[in-house]
Amino acid sequence: MTSIPLVAVVGNPNAGKSALFNMLTGARQKVGNYPGVTVERKSGRVFLPDGRPIELVDLPGAYSLDPSSPDEEVTRDVVLGKQEGERLPDALLLVLDATNLDNHLRFALQLIALGLPTVVALNMVDLARRDGLEIDPQVLERELGVPVVSTVAVRRRGTDELREAISEAVTAARLVRPGTGTAESFTTVQRRAREIARAAIVGETVVRRTTHLIDSVALHPVAGPIIFGLIMFFMFQAVFAWSAVPADWIDGRVGDLQGAIAAALPEGLLRSLLVDGVVAGVGAVIVFLPQILILFLFILLLEATGYMVRAAFLMDRLMARVGLSGHAFIPLLSSFACAVPGIMATRTIEDPKHRLTTILIAPLMTCSARLPVYAIIIGAFIPERAVAGAFGLQGLVLFGLYVIGIIGALVAALFLRLSVTRGTHRGFLLEMPKYQLPQLRDIVLGLWQRALIFLKRAGTIILVSTILLWVLLSVPQPRPGETALESSIAGKVASGLEVVVRPIGFNHEIALALIPAMAAREVAVSALATAYAIDADDETAAEQPLKERLRGRWSLPTALAFLAWFVFAPQCLSTIAVTRRETNGWKWPAFMLGYLFTLAWLAAGATYWTATALGL
Amino acid sequence: MTLRLDQLPFRTPATVTAIDWARLSEVDARRLRNLGFDEGVGIESLHGAPFGRDPLAVRIGRMTVAMRRAQAQAITVEKNAA
Repeated sequence: MTSIPLVAVVGNPNAGKSALFNMLTGARQKVGNYPGVTVERKSGRVFLPDGRPIELVDLPGAYSLDPSSPDEEVTRDVVLGKQEGERLPDALLLVLDATNLDNHLRFALQLIALGLPTVVALNMVDLARRDGLEIDPQVLERELGVPVVSTVAVRRRGTDELREAISEAVTAARLVRPGTGTAESFTTVQRRAREIARAAIVGETVVRRTTHLIDSVALHPVAGPIIFGLIMFFMFQAVFAWSAVPADWIDGRVGDLQGAIAAALPEGLLRSLLVDGVVAGVGAVIVFLPQILILFLFILLLEATGYMVRAAFLMDRLMARVGLSGHAFIPLLSSFACAVPGIMATRTIEDPKHRLTTILIAPLMTCSARLPVYAIIIGAFIPERAVAGAFGLQGLVLFGLYVIGIIGALVAALFLRLSVTRGTHRGFLLEMPKYQLPQLRDIVLGLWQRALIFLKRAGTIILVSTILLWVLLSVPQPRPGETALESSIAGKVASGLEVVVRPIGFNHEIALALIPAMAAREVAVSALATAYAIDADDETAAEQPLKERLRGRWSLPTALAFLAWFVFAPQCLSTIAVTRRETNGWKWPAFMLGYLFTLAWLAAGATYWTATALGL
Repeated sequence: MTLRLDQLPFRTPATVTAIDWARLSEVDARRLRNLGFDEGVGIESLHGAPFGRDPLAVRIGRMTVAMRRAQAQAITVEKNAA
């Protein structure tokens, strides 16, 4: 086969591996998954100085060949040539953090012993200097027996030498037969690593470490939680404040498109499908792209600066109360944007019971897909009134829904840890990386990849479910004296579901909207719009905004119950699919559906009955 | 003078003298080894989290690691001579 050489980028977490990978590949990256596991496979094409292309694959960070998470397992299996869906790399690009040689050299020694041609990138030499460390790369080269190139990934330093060295390694790859690794014990390798580090560090001046200084404030018993609270507040505030303008703009363009299609096509089925189905449905979702990107921008920044682990540190005590650890905080924070990347981020939690619990409660974090639902109901039923002088009532209700989700998640975690996910250790061990300035290139690439995933979702799941609902609502066409909501296939199914949701105050249209909303929560909005639009008696009613129509047809208790339902209901195909993949089977996604739907029904019911009793 | 890591005062450089691996769960033991915990390595307790000073932020070698007091109890250290 004439496939191009494969070079794997390996190293410890926080060695600056991804920054180096981004620097070498630029935007020429492909993000996929390894078969059978949800570990992301990032690869990209790099051209060597002689013009030959190679494929560079960025392996998950690992501390050793003795894996303690699914991510580290993939790394081990790839370098041993055992990973399904990946051939044995022709060469390794080993990334070492110059400020942390003692620890990173151990993994390096294990990898070099595998016998693959290897190039070492001695990364972050600038930060080492900041810490007062002077390192002699030649000593390292001699001790390790492989070429060592000093790099500063964030400033493109060392790129040319690195390409040159990779080129030589790839050429040599044809001549070597890989070995089997080292037979020495872990401790022996560890101590040898420390010896080499001691030899390579030729100068060390004691300086006040920047990271330590920042931590004295960021982890301070009083200042720490205050700073954390302010960052969280600012982040959620920004998600709403900054997204208003771009969201309105997108909304306007969706309206323009609907107008243009309506003008271009004659009245009929096709026009209705395009305007009411496709554009309305997909448009209702794309409007939330700005919010999702702003939230991810913050998450990427928190991760890139090194603050995210500090947040986990500060939250550990609280999480311990419900049987989890600070580890769980990071995936849960991502889940506010979307539960799918949140659940995927649980891979770094090595305790299987902690991880499972975190997966099961992740859908309770108010993800951005709920916002369209919340926004339309709050806009229609909650008056825009000031409370206590300063706060808007609408904003308070939205805030309340977030809080109910968080409290629900913590209580659920507590119960799960006492029952189905009981047991195992109660530890929390996490490397706290150095603080670093985030790099524009890494942030932009990360955001771009998030945006693509989201748009793909809007273009597939949401598009398909919207069209499907439109079809199911349109056939068979109603006979005279019947409405589409009664006669259509979707209407008939909804009538069955209505029996279950009638006690909690839901009507026929809500039952109907809940079905396609199984695909994604935000579809509930477009489904309600479609249902009321298809059933509109005349043109004027059809042009009435959805808010107005809901106000006329729903009671306040029903609207509140509908909000309570969506705090808990696990209505998202992608979440269920990713849970199945992450837990290797249908048992846990089925459990998740069961417990969350039960909670949703009870919460909506309690809300409806209370509100009715209070005479709202 | 030896003492347990969880008893070591903050910002007091010390050296690991023993680790009671049997006290730790298998997962914790592996992670500790991976993070470079070993006899003879320099260690220092840097910060404690709010509300009870648990977990701890500990410098081990050149790295900072977050760990709970329960895990720190398995590590015996000796203060460095001033």
